[in-house]
Amino acid sequence: MKLDANARYTDSHEWVRQEGDVLVCGITDHAQEELSDVVYVELPEVGDSLKKGDRFGVIESVKAASDLYMPVSGEIIAVNQELLNAPELVNKDPYGKGWMIKIRPSDPSEWDALLSPEEYEKSVTGA
Amino acid sequence: MSEPLLFELSTPGRTAFTLPSLDVPATPLPEGYLRTDLPLPEVSELELVRHFTRLSQLNYCIDTNFYPLGSCTMKYNPKVNEKAAAIEGLTQVHPLQPEEALQGSLELMYRLQEALKEIAGFAGVSLQPAAGAHGELAGVLMIRAYHRSRGEHQRRKILIPDSAHGTNPASSAMAGLTVVQLPSDKRGNVDLAALKQACDDTVAGLMLTNPNTLGLFEEHVLEVCETVHACGGLMYGDGANLNALLGIARPGDLGFDVMHFNLHKTFSTPHGGGGPGSGPVGVSERLAPFLPGPIVVKEGERFRLHVPEKSIGRVRAFFGNYGMFIRAYTYIRMHGPEGLRAVAEHAVLNANYLKALVSPHFPVAVERTCMHEFVVHGDIPGTDVRALDVAKRLIDYGFHPPTNYFPLIVRDALMIEPTETESRQTLDAFAQALAAIAHEARTDPALLHEAPHTTPVSRLDEVKAARTPVLCYKG
Amino acid sequence: MPYIPHTDAERRAMLETIGLPSLEALFEDVPAQWRFPRLNLPPAASEMEILDELKVLAGKNRAVGQHATFLGAGAYHHFIPSVVDHLASRGEFVTSYTPYQPEVSQGTLQAMFEYQSMIVRLTGMEVANASHYDGATAMAEAALMALSVARGGRKKVLLSPAIHPQYRQVLRTYLPPESDLAYVTGDEDLTAGLPDLIAQIDQETACLIIQNPNFFGELEDVNGLAEQVHAQGALLVVVSNPIISLGLLKPPGEYGADIVVAEGQPLGTSLNCGGPYLGIFATREEYVRRMPGRLVGETTDRKGRRGYVLTLTPREQHIRREKATSNICTNQSLIALRAAIYLAYMGKQGLRVVAELCYHKAHYAAREIAQLPGFTVTTTRPFFNEFRVRCPMPVSQLNQFLLDKGILGGYDLEGDYPHLQREMLICVTEMNTREQIDQLVAALQEASR
Repeated sequence: MKLDANARYTDSHEWVRQEGDVLVCGITDHAQEELSDVVYVELPEVGDSLKKGDRFGVIESVKAASDLYMPVSGEIIAVNQELLNAPELVNKDPYGKGWMIKIRPSDPSEWDALLSPEEYEKSVTGA
Repeated sequence: MSEPLLFELSTPGRTAFTLPSLDVPATPLPEGYLRTDLPLPEVSELELVRHFTRLSQLNYCIDTNFYPLGSCTMKYNPKVNEKAAAIEGLTQVHPLQPEEALQGSLELMYRLQEALKEIAGFAGVSLQPAAGAHGELAGVLMIRAYHRSRGEHQRRKILIPDSAHGTNPASSAMAGLTVVQLPSDKRGNVDLAALKQACDDTVAGLMLTNPNTLGLFEEHVLEVCETVHACGGLMYGDGANLNALLGIARPGDLGFDVMHFNLHKTFSTPHGGGGPGSGPVGVSERLAPFLPGPIVVKEGERFRLHVPEKSIGRVRAFFGNYGMFIRAYTYIRMHGPEGLRAVAEHAVLNANYLKALVSPHFPVAVERTCMHEFVVHGDIPGTDVRALDVAKRLIDYGFHPPTNYFPLIVRDALMIEPTETESRQTLDAFAQALAAIAHEARTDPALLHEAPHTTPVSRLDEVKAARTPVLCYKG
Repeated sequence: MPYIPHTDAERRAMLETIGLPSLEALFEDVPAQWRFPRLNLPPAASEMEILDELKVLAGKNRAVGQHATFLGAGAYHHFIPSVVDHLASRGEFVTSYTPYQPEVSQGTLQAMFEYQSMIVRLTGMEVANASHYDGATAMAEAALMALSVARGGRKKVLLSPAIHPQYRQVLRTYLPPESDLAYVTGDEDLTAGLPDLIAQIDQETACLIIQNPNFFGELEDVNGLAEQVHAQGALLVVVSNPIISLGLLKPPGEYGADIVVAEGQPLGTSLNCGGPYLGIFATREEYVRRMPGRLVGETTDRKGRRGYVLTLTPREQHIRREKATSNICTNQSLIALRAAIYLAYMGKQGLRVVAELCYHKAHYAAREIAQLPGFTVTTTRPFFNEFRVRCPMPVSQLNQFLLDKGILGGYDLEGDYPHLQREMLICVTEMNTREQIDQLVAALQEASR
């Protein structure tokens, strides 16, 4: 399982990274592997305001579909349009070109409640 | 040697149809309302016949071989059913004809309602729903309407075991209920402790498949029904597995309040490549006023359409998949009470016999006497062979794969339902094929990964189909 | 027992393999007090006896073939070419299961792909699914889909009163008044026309549903309709009944419909006392992932050969469970196959001929009836093959008179539309010869005397 040391994580397998005052969010390498070939990603509208834990989208493989959940509360300021035509980017580069949304967080303290890479790894492997 | 599409066979100007010429004076066509083009295929009758005949030959079907699909009850579809359902006086009738011009059809529907009531121990039956999932929707809508009629608007929670068919939660969600999943215990039953904890005055009901999707009879079924009833909830029975219970037990007696029948499973109407099915609902006394209508009632010697007083309404236009009613009625009449019991006995005998032959090679998920089906782990430990590979390799041996990766609670599930119409020889041959495949998995796993080898096409690229959907001919 | 192949010796040997003494021993998990109930059913009949029994029942019906039939209203008596029954009766189609294993189901899959393709062309839409239960349930699912496209932001489903009454009832069963999801409105005033409905479209509206030709057979004035619906952000759903009309008339895709549903029974399936029928469902590509029901798509196999699979399945219940677009699983595949065969047989030219025969014969009948004293053709708009006639007596009474003369009369509108007193909806198809129409006209004249 690959992890991004600079990112924080959720139990529902999203990662979040700080880029300036904006948070970038996608799904983890572990999640993409479990899903196998991603065939479709549905993303929110730019400008939507969502709360932590709200559903922001859906990701589909051939055999499964999972909801995507907001890691923190905030406004959607960008979505990765490229995923609409190239959903396989989520498989190929989950922490890079496979990013999904950029969030302007409304409650910076929520960042602190997210899992560290070590904590996330532990939650997945159960070790 | 793939078969071209009709559009590719098309030749401009070619026709197949013959129709009578116009025998009345023509009327000007309404200008501004007309279409300019109708780009349908242009083929001759012979091209058409060859095309669809060739397509048919690309299909696997019950008429050619064994179809051990768990939860689907792919039994033999008797040919007399088809003959019955083609009797002109029964089928060439319009659903809106006056009742007096429809007495034969109404009587047939009435007799089927009565037979289904008797078989499953219910007070009322509506034949309207067109399929199992449609019956489920009608059932949960009735449960909701029942609670509302008693002022219990807060009952919005529906309990569904983790082994349930996907239609159960989907139907409940459509009816506006919130799904709460219940775990199964080690013997494959509903976890009673979890059930008791979930039961409160917000429970609308519990949807239970019995026998469940592991093929096991719910050992605590009476206690489950009592627990749900004690908290004011109702019991929904998913009748998909009724084939195991004909003449063995009546869901109504056990405490179920509502259940759908799958005429296309239990009562031998053909699956038709995905439908039509038929999903009548049966209900206990207290839900009878809520049945979707119209149903047929008998008054003296006359049969009449009737909408129950608190009916949830229609769930489709007209009366249901009536053509399936004729087939199912024929099937029930040809068996009689002893014959129906023999159906269940032999379905269960076949499943247990096959389980005994298969389990040395593929371990059974829960080791108990099963009912009409059983579930094994389809992966081969120590290899990278998965249930899907085993399923696909079976095709090369001439067998349709079992249901796979369902129920979701079993790792690499293969769900096998032989039905009563298969002979011992067929079961032996199927078990031998599985044994041979288990051996191949260890000696030549690539053979399985690449399977099937004998079909018109090999494994298809489902990822490509989903990433760039081509859903119609665009030429 | 019919269809159970076991001999006594085999039964014994199989029980021995299992390690049980008897068939009864298989059922010990079943509560003893309820085990082995006595079913009060008639004893088994032989094949010969059951066919005789059914023929007696058939004798108590009045079949359309033995009558001049002028009854439509959502179910239509059309000619079925011999190839349809012949090909669709093949065991390979009839006794196969849902094509979840594509390698052994290319026949069904390709036929469904062709069905979808022909429905797309017939309706002028971009995608069609592999079928719903019937036209009414397809319409209800269309409303649910429109609500889903609005993502919970719109709750009003606006409904024309000129939609088949049973379709409107089914929608209300799916979306009962207590539903949190939506409310259904528009048809409280049964005389409301399109302009009245357009006035009710607002930002709350998920969709407007109309039937065209409407339940009374009239062609609705749809010019500019879609634009007005879309201007408010709502979807236009069109019930395209009777489907044969699309052989002649502008398809809904051309006038801006977002979802098209229809009853596909007229495409090669007999009246069957109301079922099995065929729910047609088509929409635009942008909404495909919100669409309910199975879809067949084209792809390639490992050797690069073209093949077909069920696709976009994560929308469906077996994967998405309570979050699925619909609970539908079993559909009406074999009836869709009949429609595919029928459409290919009629083809580009034939369907137009069928539609024109219906149109001309219906208009001839309307002209003749309009001349009868006491009868008024109340349809004023252009119509396809159904029209309203006001009669000098209650329609039920008139229909009884006609039945005695071997005629199945039209639909009595008064039950569903109380303001249409003594009005009958008459349907004429290619099955009605001029002789039959003249016979109807003569009988009506006689009845009014």
